[in-house]
Amino acid sequence: MQNPNFEYMRRLSADIRVETVKAISKAGAGHIGGAVSIADVLAVLYGGAMNIRPSDPDWEHRDWLVLSKGHAGPGLYAALALTGYFPMDWLDTVNKPGTRLPSHCDMKRTPGIDMTTGSLGQGLSAAVGIALGNRINGIESYVYCIVGDGEINEGQIWEAAQTASHNKIDNLILFVDWNKKQLDGKLEDVNDPIDIAGKFEAFGFEAQTVKGYDVEEIYSAIERAKKVKGKPSVIVLDTLKGLGICFAENAVTCHFMAVDEKMEKEAIDVIEKRYEQGAYPGGESRK
Amino acid sequence: MRIASNHDLETVEMRKAFVETLIQEGNKNSRIVTVNSDLCSSMGITDFVKIFPDRSFNVGIQESNGVGVSAGLSAAGMIPFFHTFAVFASRRVFDQAFVSCAYAGLNVKIVGGDPGVTATTNGGTHMSFEDIALMRAIPTARVIEFSDTTMVRKVVPQVVEHYGVDYMRLMRKCLHRIYDESSEIIVGKANVLREGTDVTIIACGLEVYEALTAAQQLEEEGISARVVDMFTIKPLDNECVIESAKKTGAIVTAENHNIINGLGSAVAEVLVENIPVPMERVGAQDEFGEVGPQNYLMERFNLTSKTIYEKAKRVISRK
Ligand SMILES: Cc1ncc(C[n+]2csc(CCOP(=O)(O)OP(=O)(O)O)c2C)c(N)n1
Ligand SMILES: [Mg+2]
Repeated sequence: MQNPNFEYMRRLSADIRVETVKAISKAGAGHIGGAVSIADVLAVLYGGAMNIRPSDPDWEHRDWLVLSKGHAGPGLYAALALTGYFPMDWLDTVNKPGTRLPSHCDMKRTPGIDMTTGSLGQGLSAAVGIALGNRINGIESYVYCIVGDGEINEGQIWEAAQTASHNKIDNLILFVDWNKKQLDGKLEDVNDPIDIAGKFEAFGFEAQTVKGYDVEEIYSAIERAKKVKGKPSVIVLDTLKGLGICFAENAVTCHFMAVDEKMEKEAIDVIEKRYEQGAYPGGESRK
Repeated sequence: MRIASNHDLETVEMRKAFVETLIQEGNKNSRIVTVNSDLCSSMGITDFVKIFPDRSFNVGIQESNGVGVSAGLSAAGMIPFFHTFAVFASRRVFDQAFVSCAYAGLNVKIVGGDPGVTATTNGGTHMSFEDIALMRAIPTARVIEFSDTTMVRKVVPQVVEHYGVDYMRLMRKCLHRIYDESSEIIVGKANVLREGTDVTIIACGLEVYEALTAAQQLEEEGISARVVDMFTIKPLDNECVIESAKKTGAIVTAENHNIINGLGSAVAEVLVENIPVPMERVGAQDEFGEVGPQNYLMERFNLTSKTIYEKAKRVISRK
């Protein structure tokens, strides 16, 4: 993209948070923490960085996104609805009987979903396959993939990483949502991944670590990653689980929460207040 | 075995009964260890971990590694219990469960949570309609599905006593009460919950309550249904299946699982080899799961007492 509109991206990320909390509140409960920690990267991708046609989701020259941490589906659905892939009112149906928006990403049900995920650890392998296939087809597009920082516990992630660098796929850009928590608690209390960026470097990736809630930093990192030739790139997004949703930020565990209308309203008020005060997404202490 | 005086929804969650029993066993037997994979809290194992931190290992989101580690713990004399959702406890770890555990002749207990439609809003990726099929295909492995908390409390100690690979299907939340607390429940021996003469309904897990409800409805129409809780799917109580066929001449199976290679298949194998009688199977009809509340999914996959009732009438008409 020639002129990234950072203000638009920032606003889009706020709208993604708002729509995600609304959708989860309508559903009654959901994976709020991990759905909102990727709101900013989704806003950068769908707000300008990706080459896409929302009216033609399967356009063969598009950039792809594999959301490997498929439980964050509602965050991505908000981004897709806000950028015109499907009507906004679909968001009211998340997890309802017969919905096209199930909790975990499902490429057979949802326009704009490029890969089915939900069993953690599988998405990066698929992203590698897509990148290889596009290369064979001479399609010059990028394949983006988002994995969770807990998800990279899975050995398959590292098998995929090795395949990616062995095959020198520079059309693959991986994000790690380094939000510091997995389901049972903090990463270091469960099975410490130690140095995430360092590990990917050891696997032959070009690695960067950026503020995961700063659209300008994320955008610049993508631009730098695109200049890297002959190897895949990883961008580690330094962020917090639940960031931007007051009740989730303050909870000991915000992986999966019951959300009611009162919590929804309060969360939206806080988002808007922080936005006005220039303290978005995380309030002063977190920025 | 004694049936409960009512079949109300229990107030104690299945996972609570499970962890309480595991703690009780853990106090008696220091070789019991737990291996968890970032679903420790969801599976309700946290209480065990708090009491026995040195005998608990959270490998993170690494199910195959967790089963492999469990195999090693067993080789070193421990009795490992590995916990995760049923889909991951079967599909994801199948080769490790097969080779490192069963083929190696080791002693590993695998607990699969939220089987079938009880995965509710986690949807298709999490809805195991195939875990029984997979685990039943592992030579020597036993496959058990709990039908209420009394059964959990009676069966887990027997699982500890038994050397080998045991796969347990554990609905995490509350089920309907089936058994009186004084019941004796023996792994491998089916429980006849109700005698009958016209048809036998053989069920497991949450389908046991549906079977009892269907039997009640049938009785109102003068049809006498025998109801069997076949909570040990492997080794199957062949004698009970044969006896049921002899007594009633028609069988309906009901399971929260694909009709392919689950309880229905296991029962059919025994029938055709011994005493072929008409039979119908209630279960997912070779379909993937989807999101929704449990009551919706019960209807969607035809797992309610209504389907059991209809299939019972159909099978009787085929005699
Ligand atoms: C193979 C597999 N194991 C377990 C789960 C259950 N599960 C869903 S999300 C989650 C934690 C994910 O943590 P992380 O990757 O850090 O995601 P985030 O913090 O972004 O929510 C777990 C264990 C799963 N979906 N897939
Ligand atoms: Mg995380």
